[in-house]
Amino acid sequence: MPLDDEVINTLKAGDMVLITGTIYTARDAAHKKMIELLQMGKPLPFDVKNQVIYYAGPCPASEGLVIGSAGPTTSGRMDKYAPALIELGLKGMIGKGQRDDSVVKAMIKHGAVCFGAVGGAAALISKSVKAQEIIAFEELGTEAVRRLEVVDFPAIVVIDRYGNNLYVSGREQFARMDDRR
Amino acid sequence: MRTIHIEKIIDAVEKLCMDANYNLNDDIYNALVKAYKNEESEKGRWVLDNIIKNSKIAKEEKMAICQDTGMAVVFLEIGQDVNITGGSLTDAINEGVRRGYKNGYLRCSVVNHPLKRVNTNDNTPAVIHTEVVPGDRLKIVVAPKGFGSENMSGLAMLKPSDGAEGVIDFVVKTVDKAGPNPCPPVIVGVGIGGTMEKAACLSKKALLRPVGSESDDPDMAEIERELKKRINKLGIGPAGIGGNTTALAVHVEYFPTHIASLPVAVNIGCHATRHASCEL
Repeated sequence: MPLDDEVINTLKAGDMVLITGTIYTARDAAHKKMIELLQMGKPLPFDVKNQVIYYAGPCPASEGLVIGSAGPTTSGRMDKYAPALIELGLKGMIGKGQRDDSVVKAMIKHGAVCFGAVGGAAALISKSVKAQEIIAFEELGTEAVRRLEVVDFPAIVVIDRYGNNLYVSGREQFARMDDRR
Repeated sequence: MRTIHIEKIIDAVEKLCMDANYNLNDDIYNALVKAYKNEESEKGRWVLDNIIKNSKIAKEEKMAICQDTGMAVVFLEIGQDVNITGGSLTDAINEGVRRGYKNGYLRCSVVNHPLKRVNTNDNTPAVIHTEVVPGDRLKIVVAPKGFGSENMSGLAMLKPSDGAEGVIDFVVKTVDKAGPNPCPPVIVGVGIGGTMEKAACLSKKALLRPVGSESDDPDMAEIERELKKRINKLGIGPAGIGGNTTALAVHVEYFPTHIASLPVAVNIGCHATRHASCEL
């Protein structure tokens, strides 16, 4: 991280990846504030160009830890806000769950991917976070924007820039058709 | 009359909040290990392996299993011969939650108003369900509920003519629609009967039952088996990326209802469906 188009173009839904570098946390409340800043013509807390946002709100760190448990939250709640950020050059989003058509269309148009982290594997994932710093909206508590330095953060490409979707293809592979409804 | 001082209740709730959030119960852990052995999807097994490793780290290092340490749902069974002294019982529960979440380094996820949305920064208030029972004991269950799964809940006021098939269809549809969002493999709590809110409460209570247990009503036990089979054929799989483990368990709780209705509520619990209890 950060990511450029060259890497983005090679990532396919279903690829298992280890993410190393700088990523930023932002979830519901931070997204709302960031979009409000854009609407007022003000700069974002960080330049999203070529960056990756992790949809997460970590637990507080106990003594000796860099961060508390820090797994992904449901991506779909950020659907309303994500296309505007993708248009500005955001390259990756890490979360869990489906995205709506407007997000996938923006991903295809501007070249971005959706990674899935294992929901609920929050203590395990926290071990790949080597440093954290709050860079904006501290008043939001767990929902503040944090800059994270991660090493070998485990994830899967769930929706690639071509619109391939592991949540759809994975299900199709294992569904017993006679009982689908 | 037996008296219980609120300090005892505060202490108990504080400990239960931490216990529930750090320690995945054995029944769920064992079900995950079994699912790992039976899962056909290679990626699904990778997900389950991560989940199992995660629960070990959480237990050993006293860390939250999931960063969504939930809204604290507290079930109280108050013996009718118990006299609470020292202050308000509700305040005591909330003080226990406040201490548990602060001292346990658990995330505070509660906002003060559903529309104004300012974090209360101590995870209070708890959602408290109280039942008065015979005896002189006080049973406390703390069930922190994450909202990735809570948001995928559903409720329908079916017609009596819809019958068992209608109930099964609605439950399967609700889990189908939830897809990857509630962190599968899930535990599906189903409440059938009563009124609207009774069905909802039963569906949440159903999540407290040990994984592997069956309804004591043979018809309901049959519906549980049928639901589990149908849900695991959906193909959603661990983390929703495909596989044959979508539900670890389906638990049905029921209550008599009105001649005009067949209420059914579905409350989905993630693979870290947490609860801890004690009796004072």
